[in-house]
Amino acid sequence: MKKTIVTVVGKDCVGIIAKVCTYFAENKVNILDISQTIVQEYFNMMMVVDTSASDKEFAQMAEDLEGLGRGIGVIIKAQHEDIFNMMHRI
Amino acid sequence: MINIQEVIETNQMIEKENLDVRTITLGISLLDCADSNLETVKKKIYEKITTKAEKLVETGNNLEREYGIPIVNKRISVTPIALVGASACKKPEDYVEIAKTLDMAAKKVGVNFIGGYSALVSKGMTTSDRLLIESIPQALAETERVCSSINVGSTKTGINMDAVRLMGEIVVKTAQATKENDSLGCAKLVVFCNAPDDNPFMAGAFHGVTEADAIINVGVSGPGVVKTALTAVRGADFGTLCETIKKTAFKITRVGQLIANEASAALNVPFGIVDLSLAPTPAVGDSVAEILQEIGLEYPGAPGTTAALALLNDQVKKGGVMASSYVGGLSGAFIPVSEDQGMIDAVSAGCLTLEKLEAMTCVCSVGLDMIAIPGDTKATTISGIIADEMAIGMINQKTTAVRLIPVIGKGVGEVAEFGGLLGYAPIIPVNTFSCDAFVGRGGRIPAPIHSFKN
Repeated sequence: MKKTIVTVVGKDCVGIIAKVCTYFAENKVNILDISQTIVQEYFNMMMVVDTSASDKEFAQMAEDLEGLGRGIGVIIKAQHEDIFNMMHRI
Repeated sequence: MINIQEVIETNQMIEKENLDVRTITLGISLLDCADSNLETVKKKIYEKITTKAEKLVETGNNLEREYGIPIVNKRISVTPIALVGASACKKPEDYVEIAKTLDMAAKKVGVNFIGGYSALVSKGMTTSDRLLIESIPQALAETERVCSSINVGSTKTGINMDAVRLMGEIVVKTAQATKENDSLGCAKLVVFCNAPDDNPFMAGAFHGVTEADAIINVGVSGPGVVKTALTAVRGADFGTLCETIKKTAFKITRVGQLIANEASAALNVPFGIVDLSLAPTPAVGDSVAEILQEIGLEYPGAPGTTAALALLNDQVKKGGVMASSYVGGLSGAFIPVSEDQGMIDAVSAGCLTLEKLEAMTCVCSVGLDMIAIPGDTKATTISGIIADEMAIGMINQKTTAVRLIPVIGKGVGEVAEFGGLLGYAPIIPVNTFSCDAFVGRGGRIPAPIHSFKN
């Protein structure tokens, strides 16, 4: 199972997590972990998700999430977790 | 599991510090395209490249999306054309035809450069090598994406001074043939000593005869990441400085290795090497010169520059080697003047001279790269500069290269504009004392004593 890391960065506001989670539920994406922190006054959230049950193509999902982010004024990125594993784990 | 701080760190490198994969280069052997009929050779070359590289750009774009990291260039390197065209090409114009075929194939598959319009003449020139070299000015003027490189020396063979003399003339002719565009043709022409077979970076990439039918080589980048990491240890001693560079280089290279593995799997082409060079671009914050400044120099070129560069690149290699299963290519410091804003500033401030750049190539710089010189520089002077640089490579058992641009119609203090990744460069003075008699001798410089290791 290839996991995907979804990051949300922006000004905090009501409903960010709800909107992203709704999108995932509608597309059969399972959320494995959520963590968040504030860096330089910006809201940073990271979700580890499993997209293997979803019918959506990865590229389409990444695009949808980007669009969703634009709608609520945050930046949402979806990336395969390998880039982080490679960089931070030996 | 990965934690949020690590994720933020990686994405900050990509978004704020210009971390990218500089190039995925697909090496393609064209040895099986040789034929005695020129039209057949051209047809075979076009077909092989457009088949093998059909999905290269698409694969690059997909990986870019999946991992969220820019892959700036997708490129192709091919077998040195002097070998492929040897039996078909009877005059320089025949080689130009092949150059145009390469250009068409590059455009068809959507790569921005194709390298390998090359000849390997470190000991001697065959007739076809000479024809190819003579065709370079016209070939580079009449194509857009073709890059040419000539290997004129090596530690094992010495330096072919006949080729060095010829290349001085060819550089000038190429400059003249492309004078409307600030002699842009010369930006696509490199003269090498100890040229590697698996270099993914242009303009010097070619697919060596020691390589497989097709291979994926990757060049990573990230001077901005190293610079930012060093900002955090400002004033610390050399031990701390070196550790920081090493750790950062490890992280950058791991990304390159990942992309190389994935590209190799997606294209069903074996992975060759990761090239551990820090490649700058004209963008602010993507500069090797800025790293040297962060290490403690006012501008590159100040006393201490050679030592700082030696240290920098050695640490990049130490970090990078552990991060990748196979390392190769140039794996040196790229300090192309026109492609690095910090280098341009150093030249403009009068701090950086051609002689200091030459000294830097003694340690780990791979050459005098993208340096604009006055358009009236004599061919023999350029040959002399090439000879010096080749000697440094030969004696130090390293790759050195020369990519000089005599900008026709312009002189010292004026600026040459190349555009895009190639940037712009202030024209710097060249020592004008004569070396005509030296260059005119002809023949070969023998291989150095330390090359006899058997």
